[in-house]
Amino acid sequence: MPILHEVQDVFGYIDPSAVDVLAEALNLSRADVYGVVTFYKDFRFEAPGRSVIQVCRGEACQSMGAEQLARHACERLGVDFGGTTPDGAVTLEQVFCLGNCALSPAVMVDGRLKGRVDAACFDQLVARASDEVA
Amino acid sequence: MPPVVVFVPLDAAARSVGADEVASALVHEAAVRGREIRLVRNGSRGMFWLEPLVEVTTPEGRVAYGPVDAAGVGELLDAGMLDGAPNRLWLGKTEEISHLRRQTRFTFARVGVNDPLSVADYEATGGLAGLRRALEMSPEQIVAEVTASGLRGRGGAGFPTGIKWQTVLDTPSDLKFIACNADEGDSGTFADRMLMEGDPFLLVEGMVVAGLAVGAAEGYIYVRSEYPDAITTMASAIDIAYLNGWLGPSVLGSGRAFELYLRVGAGAYICGEETAMLESLEGRRGMIRAKPPLPAIAGLFAKPTVVNNVLSIATVPPILARGAESFRGLGLGRSRGTQVFQLAGNVKHGGIFEVAFGLTLGELVEEIGGGTASGRPVRAVQVGGPLGAYLPVSRLDLPMDYESFAAVGAMIGHGGIVVFDDTVDMSLQARFAMEFCAEESCGKCTPCRLGAVRGVEVIDRIIAGVEREANLELLEDLCETMVDASLCAMGGLTPSPVRSALEHFPEDFNRAKAAPL
Repeated sequence: MPILHEVQDVFGYIDPSAVDVLAEALNLSRADVYGVVTFYKDFRFEAPGRSVIQVCRGEACQSMGAEQLARHACERLGVDFGGTTPDGAVTLEQVFCLGNCALSPAVMVDGRLKGRVDAACFDQLVARASDEVA
Repeated sequence: MPPVVVFVPLDAAARSVGADEVASALVHEAAVRGREIRLVRNGSRGMFWLEPLVEVTTPEGRVAYGPVDAAGVGELLDAGMLDGAPNRLWLGKTEEISHLRRQTRFTFARVGVNDPLSVADYEATGGLAGLRRALEMSPEQIVAEVTASGLRGRGGAGFPTGIKWQTVLDTPSDLKFIACNADEGDSGTFADRMLMEGDPFLLVEGMVVAGLAVGAAEGYIYVRSEYPDAITTMASAIDIAYLNGWLGPSVLGSGRAFELYLRVGAGAYICGEETAMLESLEGRRGMIRAKPPLPAIAGLFAKPTVVNNVLSIATVPPILARGAESFRGLGLGRSRGTQVFQLAGNVKHGGIFEVAFGLTLGELVEEIGGGTASGRPVRAVQVGGPLGAYLPVSRLDLPMDYESFAAVGAMIGHGGIVVFDDTVDMSLQARFAMEFCAEESCGKCTPCRLGAVRGVEVIDRIIAGVEREANLELLEDLCETMVDASLCAMGGLTPSPVRSALEHFPEDFNRAKAAPL
């Protein structure tokens, strides 16, 4: 797994051809490596958007309106969870708990945690994420 | 004039509401005013409604201000903040804030106080005392001391830590491991994260002590990938510990070795289950294993392994430093010592509250937590994470200890408490419990893998009013099957929030008029 993390850190995703290389190097079957990549939600076979926004849907965040925020996020970006906007700017993901449960709802943008996120704040985050990469 | 020492937390939650911006504003505005400051990024005190909380060192002690907004820093400085002068955000001396005074900080003694990565701070505040004492003891003596303290696993199950260690110690093997579970995936919990960000050396010290106690020379900390800040801090702490000889071939010059590695998860809730975590540490899919054999007998790479939660391991050094009685003397019934409760969700004063077992749930939610953040009445409280039961207001008199909770079919778990106000629809929370299980099941046991999917469908039909009686019966059947026929807590406990929602809030499942088929 540390190898897969490193591959993804460097390339942003794990190219399917890397599975063959890793299987060969680690003396595992391709199915073993493929199985690990597909089991964990973090690993992806396709390049994500230039920014990854994760919206927490854990219970603590739900108690502060995370479900409304999640719906707003999907509508604002016009994608479902797991989807990337057509311009490739933002990938939207759902996550269960970012450990910021006393400052709910929580959102993470490219590894930066944000607390008490409402719809307006979310739009700002999206705008900033799109600006930064544009 | 020496520079004024100013503390601004580096905790991820504090940063999530602007602590970094406050820190840079402080540096800038102080420079503009010709005041010299020394900025220390500490952990969080755990009072999140006051974050970003800024502390200023004065001759009388540390004075706190919060919540500070970056834009208001200049004005605060003009009002004499660097001299501890009162203003609208002034909270007085930190140690006299009643929320902190009411706590018994045993495990969290240093979190929010020190610079997390300062070796000097750590040793000056009693760090390494537990390890130094352990080095003078035999493994049997260390285990006996931990057993005598009454410490029970903080990950949720509450298994006595000393007994687990004794099993590993008694199992002969040339190779043993310590595996620390830092895959804190339960919603409503963040104490592990705060400890790793606020006092990472304590976890390192605890890992070494565990190694000495059971005869293991290698340890792993498995952190979830959702905690990038904790990963960075923990990795630095381990590097620093090696440089200072706390880790490596000769721990503190004792000639005894301990190697410590940090491993990062990849977004799988199930890896918080101990056997799934071991699979993941071995580089495989996080599929749970059947028990027995217990990990204490055949764990990581089939070797005897101590698997403990972050807080369990971090509580051992102060137990050794201060003696088992210092911990055992606190608590209620068979729940000894302190628990780090985490108030979360729709709660006014959310954060960490470390206190001896025995407080009631109501005291925590209403008195300490100050009720809901929305100001509406509390309706439901979920204790122990996504697999914990939902409790109604009538159960707020429950004392916080493992046995009292178990007696009503609930669990304290990791000490996470999520509060909901009266706008919550409990049928949707029950549905979510099943949806979450369907999403996160490792897929090994059929009742969990398929049952959770069917559970969502059945609850949807109940909510829609389709054949309500028959579907309620079906749901109960399904819950029973999941409880009885799942190997781990994921499938076995998912029915707990579902059943408790049904039991205590039946009206929420009964909203739709009986729909025609």
